[in-house]
Amino acid sequence: MKKVFERTKGLSDAHFTFCPGCTHGTIMRLIAEVMEELNIIEDTIGVSPVGCAGFCQDFFTCDFVGAAHGRAQAVATGIKRSLPDKMVFTYQGDGDIAAIGTQHAIHSAARGERITSIMVNNAIYGMTGGQMAPTTLEGMKTTTSPFGRDPVSAGMPMDFPKIIANIPGAVYVASVSVDSPKNINKAKKAIKKAFQVQQAGLGFALVSILSTCPTNWGMSPVDSLDWLRENMLPIYELGVLKEIEEVKNL
Amino acid sequence: MEKVLLKGNEIIGEAAIRSGCKLFFGYPITPSTEVIEYLSANLPSQGGTVLQAEDEIGAINMCYGAACTGNRVLTASSSPGISLKQEGISYAAAVELPMVLVNVNRCGPGLGGLGPAQSDYFQSTKGGGHGDYRLIVLAPSKAQELYDYTMEAFDLADRYRNPVMVHTDGFLGQTMEPVVLKDRPEAPEVDQSWVVNGCKGREKRILASYSLTNEVGEENNLHWEKKYKEIEEKEQRWESFHTEDAEYLLVSFGTTGRICKSTVLNARKKGIKLGLIRPITLWPFPVKGIRPLVDQLKGIVTVELNTGQMIEDVKLAAECKVPIHLYRRQGGMLPTEDEILAYLEDIFQPDGSGEVHE
Ligand SMILES: Cc1ncc(C[n+]2csc(CCOP(=O)(O)OP(=O)(O)O)c2C)c(N)n1
Ligand code: SF4
Ligand SMILES: [Mg+2]
Repeated sequence: MKKVFERTKGLSDAHFTFCPGCTHGTIMRLIAEVMEELNIIEDTIGVSPVGCAGFCQDFFTCDFVGAAHGRAQAVATGIKRSLPDKMVFTYQGDGDIAAIGTQHAIHSAARGERITSIMVNNAIYGMTGGQMAPTTLEGMKTTTSPFGRDPVSAGMPMDFPKIIANIPGAVYVASVSVDSPKNINKAKKAIKKAFQVQQAGLGFALVSILSTCPTNWGMSPVDSLDWLRENMLPIYELGVLKEIEEVKNL
Repeated sequence: MEKVLLKGNEIIGEAAIRSGCKLFFGYPITPSTEVIEYLSANLPSQGGTVLQAEDEIGAINMCYGAACTGNRVLTASSSPGISLKQEGISYAAAVELPMVLVNVNRCGPGLGGLGPAQSDYFQSTKGGGHGDYRLIVLAPSKAQELYDYTMEAFDLADRYRNPVMVHTDGFLGQTMEPVVLKDRPEAPEVDQSWVVNGCKGREKRILASYSLTNEVGEENNLHWEKKYKEIEEKEQRWESFHTEDAEYLLVSFGTTGRICKSTVLNARKKGIKLGLIRPITLWPFPVKGIRPLVDQLKGIVTVELNTGQMIEDVKLAAECKVPIHLYRRQGGMLPTEDEILAYLEDIFQPDGSGEVHE
């Protein structure tokens, strides 16, 4: 029989351990496909965070380093400065990159660090059981905002990629989603671009990806996708937020 | 061999360059700043990289990343900065990454002062970060030792795949002294079959410290414990000074260890049989240097720049068989050789019946 589809070489045959319907798996597959298409699996070192995102180190087929919570971009900086010819990327949750790791995110962008960062925004702390994240929506119930996020005491949700896009060293910043086939295709294009930016040595690249957490949102996988579309898309504007000329020409 | 006059902190930088250190990540803080300044001026031309990080947390995690690739890496800071690095040091110990950390101690707690202190002894030797790990800690007492021990630190880090700390203070860091820039024999070949550098032609590797299975967790702890035991067995280092016939003993490291040598000589002039053990490794603590002396000793004084930290290790080493007292100065103050001797005389009333050395 003719083989018409097979697993990308960027992913191992280990079974995903994510909850049913969690889109972490979708995002990892896109990254793996991009690594295969660019033929960089053997030249890439990934940096995993702490969070559900952290399990990625077991699934990708490239080398991996596990960082402390929030430190992935500092670790990636160390790797890249030591091995400038290798490809280095971080895969981080919204809490990891936009709360505890904020200083590293801002300053790896400011330095124009030649790394690629993927931020998975599920508006919650998934791994620790659904606490409030900087990205948690106004009024959204989490275990640490049981009556809904109150902007008076907890502030408004932070649109992190927009903040990064303001930094000169960030040369490519995109905000995408994996809620539909159309958006998944766009997400893959953005991820690919973010790796190509690094190959070309142009500067720091970030792709923020809206993702679901059915378990901690307390919804079915299908309802989660609807909820993401109805509630997250209006707040987190999708699209290429920043792209310098050299990146456009890639 | 080249002889140069440099500030202590610059000597550390020069030793790192001559040890083949390829990367430095740091954040300025007095009294350690000359290390990053010296390397910023001198490492890039040798093909190395210096990066001023956003903070010490960033710096230590950059060291962590660079160490994962198998290149030699250094960071230097002073007490408050070393506090910020503790999380990263714990992770580096867990992943067993060779790296060299320099703590040019200042006094504390809090922001503290810039004068010489040994107030971070507990933090350095008892695992300042979380979890049950050990750093190898070397304590130089003069400029030449800043040079020699920094070089040694890189080799020890590679040999044991463990972070190594050079524990010094602002007095040593800021003082200019002549140093012989000894060449170092080629570093021994070390096993690099664990490094992460792209998986071309081999299985992928993961360097991480997460274990959710208790059985695996215990196995990891036993593995680290075995390494720490081996280091304790093989790497205890100290300098003995007039200890052969000593009835009284000073135990002191670093700057005060050096001052204590004068105290010993002054005591000998008075016929007091005083000796000194100067720990070179603070961890592993040189129990082997102290225990054999216990039966001949009438008393021990530890001389420290803190409220009494090392004294706990000295008591364990001496198994509390000898009276042990503390003489300390704090807040950046240094003791004179005479006040140390006066304290010892006051406490132990030595009879001065020994041979008088003029
Ligand atoms: C220093 C530190 N603080 C807190 C934690 C606990 N912790 C683990 S993961 C996490 C949040 C993860 O959330 P996010 O980054 O959004 O990832 P997700 O699980 O949602 O993918 C927290 C708070 C930790 N491991 N380390
Ligand atoms: S807890 Fe949420 S983010 Fe984590 S695997 Fe489950 S669904 Fe995904
Ligand atoms: Mg999250």
